[in-house]
Amino acid sequence: MLVYTMRRVLGALPVLVLASILTFVMIDVSGDPLADIRMQQPPPTEEVIQQAEERLYLDRSMPERYWLWMTGIGGNGDIGLLQGEFGPSTQGPQYEIGPAIVERLWTTLRLVGAAMIFALGLAIITGVISALRQYSKLDYTLTFIGFLALAMPTFWLAGIMQAGGVKFNQLVGDQVFATIGDGRFRAEGQPLGDQLLNAFAHMALPTIVLMLISFASWSRYQRTSMLEVMNSDYVRLARAKGLRNHVVIRRHALRTAMIPLTTVVAIGVSSVIDGAILTEYVFQWRGLGDFFITAVDNNDSYALMGWLLLSGVIVILANLVADLLYGVLDPRIRYE
Amino acid sequence: MSENGMFGSTRPKKARKDTADRTQLQTIVLRFSRHRPAMISLVLLVLIVLFAFVGPLFWIWDHTVYKEIPSNLPPGGDHPLGTSAAGNDVLGQLMRGAQQTLKVAFSVSLLSTFVGSLWGATAGYYGGRVDALMMRVVDIFLIVPLLVAAAAIAGNTGAGASWSAIALIIAIFSWATIARVVRGVVLSLREQEFVEAARASGASAPWIIFRHLLPNAAGPIIVAATLLVAVAILAEAGMSFLGLGIQLPDISLGQMIGSARTAVSTRPWLFYPPGVLLVLICLTINFIGDGLRDALDPRQTRVRR
Repeated sequence: MLVYTMRRVLGALPVLVLASILTFVMIDVSGDPLADIRMQQPPPTEEVIQQAEERLYLDRSMPERYWLWMTGIGGNGDIGLLQGEFGPSTQGPQYEIGPAIVERLWTTLRLVGAAMIFALGLAIITGVISALRQYSKLDYTLTFIGFLALAMPTFWLAGIMQAGGVKFNQLVGDQVFATIGDGRFRAEGQPLGDQLLNAFAHMALPTIVLMLISFASWSRYQRTSMLEVMNSDYVRLARAKGLRNHVVIRRHALRTAMIPLTTVVAIGVSSVIDGAILTEYVFQWRGLGDFFITAVDNNDSYALMGWLLLSGVIVILANLVADLLYGVLDPRIRYE
Repeated sequence: MSENGMFGSTRPKKARKDTADRTQLQTIVLRFSRHRPAMISLVLLVLIVLFAFVGPLFWIWDHTVYKEIPSNLPPGGDHPLGTSAAGNDVLGQLMRGAQQTLKVAFSVSLLSTFVGSLWGATAGYYGGRVDALMMRVVDIFLIVPLLVAAAAIAGNTGAGASWSAIALIIAIFSWATIARVVRGVVLSLREQEFVEAARASGASAPWIIFRHLLPNAAGPIIVAATLLVAVAILAEAGMSFLGLGIQLPDISLGQMIGSARTAVSTRPWLFYPPGVLLVLICLTINFIGDGLRDALDPRQTRVRR
C-alpha cells in the first residue's frame, strides 16, 4: 500500500509539471500585463514602461520566465513557486499574490467543501431511492429533477435563490438569510453561538445552489451502480439467507455501490470549482472568484497563473485521494 | 439470375418489415423515435433554432439600442417581452442571444469532436507509450476548470468581440473529454478480428483509423458530442455572465442574465426569459443525447465533466 501510494504521488508529479507549463504558456501568450500602463493618458514615458517590464520580468524570454516563476533563482525574491512566492502583481508592488490567494482559498474551500458533502449525501439518497423504485413515478420525478439540475446555469439559479432569500427575509421580517457577502468579519469577537448563526446565514443559500448544481450527475451514477449491485449474485445470496431487506441494502449493496462514486466525485471537483466561482460572484463573496475576476481585469498574469495552478493542484490531489480510497473501500483491489 | 440473387433466398417474403430487413440507420431512427422525451425535445429544439435563426427575419426590432424604444417597459403591447433600461427590445435580444449561444455551442462541439476523436483514436490505436503520453496531455486539459480557464484566456485576449473566438477558446479546453471517450472505445475495437484482418492485409494506420475504427466508434462519439453542446452552452453562458464572454454591442443569453442580475425582483422580465431559454436548450439537448445513447449505444453510461 505504501509503495503504491508513493508510486501514485510520483506519477502525479509529471502531470503537475506539464499542467504548470500549459498554464504558464497560455496565460503568458494571451495576456499583456502592461496593457493598462500603455493605455494611460497622458502616454507614459519609455522609462516608466521599461521599469514596469523589469519589475514584472517581462524583459526576459518566455522559457527564462517560466524557470524563474518555478524556482525564483535569479529573481528579486518576489517570484518562485518552490520558494512560496507567486510573482509580482500588476496591481502594485505592495499587493502580494500569495497571501491574497491563501486568504481567499479558505473562503472558497469552505463553500466547495460544504456543497460537495451535501451534494454527495443528496446524490446517494436520491440515487438509491431511484434504483430501489426503478421505473416508478418517484424514479421518473427524481430523474427529471436531475436533468433539470444538469441544464441549470449556476448563476441563474443563484440569482433566483438570492431574490428568494430577500423575499423570505421581508416576509418573516427578520434577516434570516444574508444574501450579500461571506460575512467573515461581521461576527468577530462575538459569542460562539452568534458566530455560528452568522456563518449559517451567509453559507446557507450559496451552499444550496452549489449542491443542487452538483448532485445530479453523481445521483445518476449512484442509481446505475446501485442497480448493478442489486442484481448481483451476492445480494441475491444475502436475500436467500433470509436477511432483512434494509440490512441487505445498507450493509451489502450500498457499501459496494458507493465505490465507483469516489472516482466520479474526484473528477467532478473542477466543475464544482467552476460553479463556486459563479456562485461567489452572485453572492458577492470575497473568495477566489472575486480574486480571479480582479486578476483578469488587471491583466495580472502571475495571479492568474497561480490561481489556475492552484485549482489544478486541488483537482490532482482529489484524484489522488480517490485512487487511494478506492483501495481502502474495495477489498477486491490489492496493491503489490 | 433470379430476382432473389445468385443462390436464391430461403427467407420467405413478408409484408411487414422485421429487424433483419431494416438497415442499421433505420433501426437507430426507429429506436430514437420510440424515446418519447427525446422526440419531444427534438421538436422543441428545432423550434428554438427556428426562433433564433429565422425569428429575427420576421421581427421588427433587433438586439441593438433604439431611440424610439422607451426604457424599462414591462411586457405587453408593442414589445411582448418588455424593454431594457437602455432601450432594447427584449424579444429581439432573446433571438440574437439564443443565436449567438447556439452558434458558439455547436462550433465548440464540432471542433472538439474533430480534434478529440482523432487524438483519442490515434492514442488508442497505437497503445503503449504513445497512448500513455497522449493521454497525459488529455489529463492536463481535464484538470483545469473549463469555465475559469476559458474565461481567463478570453479576458486576456479580449476575444469577446467575436463569437468564433469564444468558441475556439472553449474548444481548447473541452476536446479532451471526447478524446478520452474515443480512446476507450478504440482500445476495445482494435482487438477485434476485423481490425486484425485489415492489418494483416497491409492496411496503413491512417486507413485503419479512418475506415475501421472511427466509423465503428460513431455511436459513442455522436452521444458525447451532443452532450458537449450542453456543456459548451453553460460554459459560454458563465463566461458571458462574468463579462468575459461575448461583449456588447453583441449579446448572448448569459450576458443578458448578467446585466439583469440586480433587477431580479424589480424588472423580472429581463432576468427570467433568457434563463428559461438557456434551461430549455440544455434540457432538450441532454434528453436528445440520452435518446441517442439508447438508440446508438445502449451500454454506455453518462459522463459529465
